[in-house]
Amino acid sequence: MNINATLIGEAIWFGVFIWITMKYVWPPLAKAMADRQKLIADGLAAGERGKHELELAGKRSADALRDAKAKAAEIIAAAEKRGAQMVEEAKLVAKVEADKVVASGRAEIAQQVEQARAELRGRVADLAVAGAERILKREVDARAHAEMLVALKQEL
Amino acid sequence: MASGEALTTSGYIVHHLTNLTVGHGFWTFHLDSLIVSGLLGLFAFIGMARLASKAAIKEPGKMQTFVEMLVSFIDQQVKDTYHGKSALITPLAVTIFVWVFLMNAMDLIPVDFIPLILGMGGVHYFKAVPTTDPNLTFGMSLTVFAMMLIMGVKVKGVGGFLHEVFTVPFGAKLAPLNLLFRVIEDVAKPISLALRLFGNMYAGEMVFILIALLGLWQLPLALPWALFHILIITLQAFVFMMLTIVYMSMASESHG
Repeated sequence: MNINATLIGEAIWFGVFIWITMKYVWPPLAKAMADRQKLIADGLAAGERGKHELELAGKRSADALRDAKAKAAEIIAAAEKRGAQMVEEAKLVAKVEADKVVASGRAEIAQQVEQARAELRGRVADLAVAGAERILKREVDARAHAEMLVALKQEL
Repeated sequence: MASGEALTTSGYIVHHLTNLTVGHGFWTFHLDSLIVSGLLGLFAFIGMARLASKAAIKEPGKMQTFVEMLVSFIDQQVKDTYHGKSALITPLAVTIFVWVFLMNAMDLIPVDFIPLILGMGGVHYFKAVPTTDPNLTFGMSLTVFAMMLIMGVKVKGVGGFLHEVFTVPFGAKLAPLNLLFRVIEDVAKPISLALRLFGNMYAGEMVFILIALLGLWQLPLALPWALFHILIITLQAFVFMMLTIVYMSMASESHG
């Protein structure tokens, strides 16, 4: 165990290594670790914020869904009402139209009947005249004719 | 034993405990201590510096994670013990722990391995464990001691420092006694720091050498001692580091 100049040499080595560590090892490592800590903390905070936002969004979406359902029910009810109303209206219109058609049909029928009757009257008159002519050409049996004409008249 | 000396027990031990030297008298340099400690330190600290310069924030590699784990562990020790403002303490503690650990770890290389290889190249003496050289342990502890004094003066000012030296713990009336106590207290620090590390590592190395003398019996004995020694290696590095932190913290806080 002899102390000699090696001590000075080792002290110099020691100093050099302290200097390297102090200047080139510790600061960048400490900075990297601090930065990483900050990054992780920020990430966790962002995650927490995201979770919170998700919760809020969930609430909002539930509200929106409920609103939409209510609105849809309202719209359906209104539509049903309107549909019923429209059916009623249509029924009414149809009835009026039908009545109109029936009335016009009836009128037409009456008119045609009247026409046919008039025509028939004419024809019968003609027939009567023709019959009369033929009878007149043969002999005139007043009695017989009179009976015939009366019968004709009654028939008309 | 490649040197060809007489194969005696004491010769073997002495051979293993002799440094590779150049120079005479005080200006003797233990080349083995200087080279091994220097190479280990350069390897470790330049490696760490390169790693730190490329330190990734988002995806650290395995080595970076390991170094960060180590460094932040040491930083935690410093934060728990030292409450001053100096940014020097953590780098100092990291340097001490890593360097002392690596130098101590040289103890785990079988005692004849390096001398055998170097012996073939004509180098007859080589102590591979620099921490078994008191020059290294005192070189470190005296550097720490100097930093401790500088720290004390820097934090308290020259007046405050001298005031503390002469008045603590017995007050101004017993100034000479206070000075004596302070000198003993402060001188004991580097000596205990250096001798503790040196003693532990020297004794451990000695046990390895003695085990190596046992012939075949060394096989079952060297392994358990090496396993146990891993604990001592780490512990001594940690103790040196921890005491340095404590001393620096004491130097930057006022006594009593």
